[in-house]
Amino acid sequence: MLRLPQFGVALPANVDAVVALLRDNPGARIVAGGTDILPNLKHRLDEPGMLISLAQVAELRSIAKVEHDGQAWVEIGAGNTLTQVSEDPQVRALFPSLATAAGLVASPLIRNMGTLGGNVNLDTRCRYVNQTKFWRQALGGGCLKSEGKVCWVVPTGRNCVAAMSSDCVPVLISLDAQIVLAGPQGQRVVPAASYFKADGLRHTVREDAELTTSLRVPVPTTPTRSAYAKWTVRKSIDFPLVSVALRFDLEADSVDAPVTKLVVVAGVLGAKPRIVSKLDDAIGKPLSDPALSRIVCAAVAKQCKPLENVPYEAPYRRRMFEVFTRRAIAELVAAG
Amino acid sequence: MPEQDSTDEDVARDEVGEQAEVGEQAEAPEPELVRWQLGKSHRKVDAMERMRGITRYTDDIKLPGLLHCKILRSPHPHANILSVDVSRALAMPGVHAVLTGADLPVPYGVIPWTPDETALACGKVCYVGDGVAAVAAIDEDTAIAACEAIEVEYEPLPAYYDPEEALAGAHKINPYAKRGNLSKDVVLEFGDVEASLDGADIVVEGEYYFEGTTHGAIEPHCAVAHVEPNGLLTVWSATQVSHYLHRELAKVLGRPAHTIRVIQPPLGGAFGGKSEPFDLEFCVALLAIRTGRPVKCLYTREEVFYSHRGRHPMRMRYKTGFRQDGTITGVSARTFIDGGAYSSFGLVTTYYSGQLLCAPYAFPAYRFHSTRAYTNKPACGPKRGHGSVQPRFAIEVQLDKAAVELGLDPIELRRRNDIGPEGVTVNEFKIGSNGFLECLSRVEAASDWGRRATLPYGRGLGIAGSTYISGTNYPIYPNEMPQAAVQVCLDRSGRARVFSGANDIGQGSNTMLAVIVAQELGLELDDVRVLSADSDLCPVDLGAYSSRITLMVGGACLDAAQKLRRKVRAAVAKRWELPARRVTLIDRKAMDLEDPSRSVSIVEAFQWAEADHGLLGEVGNYNTPKDRHGSYRGGTIGASPAYSFTAHVAEVEVDPDTGVVEVKHIWVAHDCGTALSQRIVEGQMEGSAYMGFGEALMERHDVDPGHNGVHIGPSLLDYRMPTFLDTPELHALIVEAPDAQGPYGAKEAGEGPLHPSIPAIANAIYDAVGIRLDSLPFAPPRVLTAIEDRLVLEHAGELPTFKVGRGRPELASKRAAGEVA
Repeated sequence: MLRLPQFGVALPANVDAVVALLRDNPGARIVAGGTDILPNLKHRLDEPGMLISLAQVAELRSIAKVEHDGQAWVEIGAGNTLTQVSEDPQVRALFPSLATAAGLVASPLIRNMGTLGGNVNLDTRCRYVNQTKFWRQALGGGCLKSEGKVCWVVPTGRNCVAAMSSDCVPVLISLDAQIVLAGPQGQRVVPAASYFKADGLRHTVREDAELTTSLRVPVPTTPTRSAYAKWTVRKSIDFPLVSVALRFDLEADSVDAPVTKLVVVAGVLGAKPRIVSKLDDAIGKPLSDPALSRIVCAAVAKQCKPLENVPYEAPYRRRMFEVFTRRAIAELVAAG
Repeated sequence: MPEQDSTDEDVARDEVGEQAEVGEQAEAPEPELVRWQLGKSHRKVDAMERMRGITRYTDDIKLPGLLHCKILRSPHPHANILSVDVSRALAMPGVHAVLTGADLPVPYGVIPWTPDETALACGKVCYVGDGVAAVAAIDEDTAIAACEAIEVEYEPLPAYYDPEEALAGAHKINPYAKRGNLSKDVVLEFGDVEASLDGADIVVEGEYYFEGTTHGAIEPHCAVAHVEPNGLLTVWSATQVSHYLHRELAKVLGRPAHTIRVIQPPLGGAFGGKSEPFDLEFCVALLAIRTGRPVKCLYTREEVFYSHRGRHPMRMRYKTGFRQDGTITGVSARTFIDGGAYSSFGLVTTYYSGQLLCAPYAFPAYRFHSTRAYTNKPACGPKRGHGSVQPRFAIEVQLDKAAVELGLDPIELRRRNDIGPEGVTVNEFKIGSNGFLECLSRVEAASDWGRRATLPYGRGLGIAGSTYISGTNYPIYPNEMPQAAVQVCLDRSGRARVFSGANDIGQGSNTMLAVIVAQELGLELDDVRVLSADSDLCPVDLGAYSSRITLMVGGACLDAAQKLRRKVRAAVAKRWELPARRVTLIDRKAMDLEDPSRSVSIVEAFQWAEADHGLLGEVGNYNTPKDRHGSYRGGTIGASPAYSFTAHVAEVEVDPDTGVVEVKHIWVAHDCGTALSQRIVEGQMEGSAYMGFGEALMERHDVDPGHNGVHIGPSLLDYRMPTFLDTPELHALIVEAPDAQGPYGAKEAGEGPLHPSIPAIANAIYDAVGIRLDSLPFAPPRVLTAIEDRLVLEHAGELPTFKVGRGRPELASKRAAGEVA
């Protein structure tokens, strides 16, 4: 069995204490379910002196309807497990694509441990990174994201292109969710769409001393349809190889009603999820109109360019983004 | 006691040696075999401990003063070692000893003719992961830190990742190899192959590639060693071949075997991956000797991938000739085998890749030329279905291609080539019982094969057949002793103790022994205690490989149990003044067959027998027939006392948009001779089919030539074994064609049922979408490309539209819409 490095564990009881610990201990890392960080520590991708456990921070585990800025939101505490998110009646009723995505992460055992906050902040992944230290040494001394100075995916690249591999992130962006952070300067709210950066080494705007405390998802004000499409080789355990979130706002509660707004977000490309653009031609068309599907699929095919950073050939994955987008729309239409 | 039954008494008194055999014939047979335990569904004797999580595996062994061992491994695929400096490591607090190759220089190998590896590298490393040095320290972290403090200076050498390139290469990989990078070359020809192909109505030619897979046992390799105050070295190891480990420990450590005790604790799976000695066993043994303290080594999952010994990659070029009626005229095979850095079982693998393929089909002419090469990869060896799973894929797809070309039903084509029972193969192996035709009928009926003609595009059924050995007639090292021996004792409390050297690796061999003893002595399984795989307590057994245990160890156990049964029956018969043939042992009782109301508890019956005969202990032996193999050089390799037969039908759904293959069902009919324990046999059949399914679709064991020969993903995240959600419905259909060689007619069930998995799925994919995937695994990108290549040819009129009218209109419209090329 791989060994963990030595570290101390702090057990703060509330968010303020977590923030204080983060501020006073540069390099400390947060651990909630541990399903991302512990394997990464075993792989010696980091050796923090301290892990700050969220086990006793109960205030991170609520799910509640709230009002902000005259709008209704569901505020999901970052400490809810993925199982809790996927099974929560409010989430299932209002944000079915989020319930789907949370319920597709890894396996039941991992969803019972892993949290939504952890999934949102899941470290970027790459076939050349998420290996043992020995393996990376044999490869030639690691890469930009580990011990080395090169990128094995884009050999001339100076920018890490490890893949954002969270199932929930594309969905949260598609739902216009906001990420609530607590830091030494107080609370800060960042739209999920602005949270991510195209840098695999540091792919979010979260500061070291900040903690993700909750996700705010706006309650839809119009009829909507949403979906999350994921493909992996196995039907359990695996990180996504194709990942697309879709959200359509409709003039009326029917798939034959015109679409007033649509958001399509793809994951597992580079470090930053891609918000598919140039979809304006689809607005005004009914969701059930095959032309809408063609417009969306063409945009996905053109803009979603996978890299050889995760398993399976990039050209194949590129085609599958389109196929799975088409199928997801067809399923929404078929469901009525 | 009536005069005419004195023979029973004689037998009971004089059960040892040849007289017993005479007596056995003389004894009046029981009217018929009462299936008291035989063929029932039993709970495995170790099931409750395993399910409750209290089984003590090797890693659970904790001894006072235990030190932990870690092995430093090579980051280079091929390099000379210029120097190793362990001084910094040795100076670290908590480090007790460090070994390098020079400490264990004696080359060993499970096959006595090819000792070509050392416990730690001597002078050079041959693949990424090759062991270089071993540390014993107070804990694992200290051992890891000490490994990092060892300074090794390497001189990298060119590396070879392809067997044909390695054979042509200038640099010799394995320092003990005799002929460059050639590990083994076998050419055997039977009959006139050229004439058989020339005279055929059609010749199917194909090139097939099996990429390589590993075992994926959940328990990593682990070993613990301890030297007793009296000097006895005890080694506990997660091994499936205690005896071969014992031999090689004696050889490498240079100490007599009687000063070493080898114990195999319960295993968490093996599948062939623990069937030879590994570096960790020698390292902990010598470290325990050097430090005077117990030493443990547990592999990481990554190290399991490097130790490997999994299924060999093979490139197989086949020519098969057929007459119009589907009968095979001849087979020609040319196979390149990628051996990795060491021989392992490779000599045998090279023979097996040709020798094991001469049934279940009869053909009059056969040539195979198999060449195993060393490469700079983890060494390959035996995995469930050793040597024959890869060529079986080629052969069964060849048959399917012929069926299509000849317009025959592929099941009918196979029936027409059935070799039948009591036949002789083209390579001169004598076949005993053979239930292959029944296997075909069972899967044909269970899968409702007739609907194949109307299944829509994207859905398909495929068939494949196979055979496998139930052990080999000759042991790995030549000797004239029996191939298996078991000791059974009864005691006055009504219990039986079985002492067997056989390795229960989860396949249920201890339960099998308990079933036989319980059957013969009228006991419940709970009354039988099986003590196995401890070299101080148990007779030697050769181990769990080549599916030998049920037939051989079961046969030896039956021999011993029947001797005891005769003693007990005789003692009861004497007191009841009956002929012994009227006494049976059943339901914890001795009973008068003609008056079942008359019975005595088995406890009392054992006490009567002990009073008459003294302590009730017997040994049993099994030896293989030596007249069932070929009369040519190599003709003994692959010859078995009895052969199992299998047929699969797989049902698949192929998604033409994604290339994703979903296997819906696998029907497995397997002729195991006689099922001694029904649920265990079914479990072996299901597990085998599952394993083959994973190899067909997902699993990839390979290295990356573009990146210094690192493994493509040495973890259970990257090495994708199917989950429950991925696994098809598995339908186990037991077929029984009892063989005279096996106990109660039993043959093997642990490996044979895997073989048809891969080709049945391949043939079902063809039936679904009209494509041939002759390279494994059938990954979605590969499937999608093949589907689209066919569409292009169909569009150009070069191929007929596959399954025209059966679910194809949407594809035509897709083409019109420009969505496919």
